Amino acid sequence: MAYSDKVVDHFNNPRNMGSFKKDEEGVGTGMVGAPECGDVMKLQIKVQNDTIVDAKFKTFGCGSAIASSSLATEWLKGKTIEEAQKIKNTDIVQELNLPPVKIHCSVLAEDAIKAALADYQKKTDGQAPDTK
Amino acid sequence: MLDTAKSLEAKGLATVTYLPVDKYGMVNPQDVQNAITDKTILISVMLANNEIGTINPVAEIGKIAKAKGILFHCDATQGVGKIPVDVQAMGIDLMSFSAHKIYGPKGVGALYVRKRNPRVRIAAQMDGGGHERGMRSGTLPVPLIVGFGKACELCEQEMTTETTRLAKMRDRLQADIMAALEESYLNGHPTNRLPGNLNISFAYVEGESLLMGMKDIALSSGSACTSATLEPSYVLRALGVGTELAHSSIRFGLGRFNTDDEIDYTIKKVIEIVTKLREMSPLYEMAKEGVDLKSVQWAAH
Repeated sequence: MAYSDKVVDHFNNPRNMGSFKKDEEGVGTGMVGAPECGDVMKLQIKVQNDTIVDAKFKTFGCGSAIASSSLATEWLKGKTIEEAQKIKNTDIVQELNLPPVKIHCSVLAEDAIKAALADYQKKTDGQAPDTK
Repeated sequence: MLDTAKSLEAKGLATVTYLPVDKYGMVNPQDVQNAITDKTILISVMLANNEIGTINPVAEIGKIAKAKGILFHCDATQGVGKIPVDVQAMGIDLMSFSAHKIYGPKGVGALYVRKRNPRVRIAAQMDGGGHERGMRSGTLPVPLIVGFGKACELCEQEMTTETTRLAKMRDRLQADIMAALEESYLNGHPTNRLPGNLNISFAYVEGESLLMGMKDIALSSGSACTSATLEPSYVLRALGVGTELAHSSIRFGLGRFNTDDEIDYTIKKVIEIVTKLREMSPLYEMAKEGVDLKSVQWAAH
């Protein structure tokens, strides 16, 4: 498996690796994937005034999965909820130069973003929004 | 062997019974005995497994085959040159092995075919001038054959000392890694395995990321048989290792040119990377919080 320089860089120097307390105010948590599939991503956002001020991830998975979630946290920081909704897996594929066999890593990262946003909105609105 | 058996089945040329292995990856001779029918013409067992190093009770199986008058084939690729192999003592009628596994040239292998008691007749692999007693016609690649022979000779000369040296290094690698890292599990038989093999699962971290973190060490997370896919090892699955632990396994292969310094380096590196990746793993975090990972409803994808 040949990894792009960007994947290797994120793997060696993961950005924003860690966790927020799930019940902390303004925190949304998304957990996607399954251990038996070989990847699980946990992505968390911290929101203030509709803007994502911080993001963290933890990932069990291959280098591309780690890089995809690391990159996602970088991109999320500073974005509004609405802007964050627009991050697409194809953007991640392009940025990290992922080979076809690793595209599912980017899909998982997009799912994790959506899940974290949905969790945040559920916590603040008291109801789950339509994520489509 | 599995692919060959499946191909014969698909062509309608044979009915094949596949035997299970125990949790160490070993075939039970009693299972072989029980699976024999009046139509059985061939038993095939691998001498030692490539991924986990477990050595099968080949001599016992050979005895069963002999008693029933059934031909016994052994894929000894992983064992020849590393452990004593004796076709007489093991009751082997057909044995395949390859030069590249014993530091010989790539592109040459051998099939031992018993000449008498019983005389084994096999179909020609290709037709032509009748070379190799008509079984494999074609001009012989003399340099490869000579290299193969020399490789066998060297392995035989060095086997006793080399086995001791490898096993010592391997045991140290295993002991130091497993003492330092909780929830690391040995795959394969604890004692009855090839001296140069070590296969460990590290819970909560994924195999490919482990390899990526140890790029300067030549390791694998499965076997060449499945390197084209992202599926976890079918060998580990057959032992009853859970899919998640099968995703978390690393195979260390030690050989003639490995040194004690390299073992020191590998121990240090493995502990470093597993610790780092566990810090990064949401599964490790959950386990530490006391969450039973089996009770979690995962969204399989």
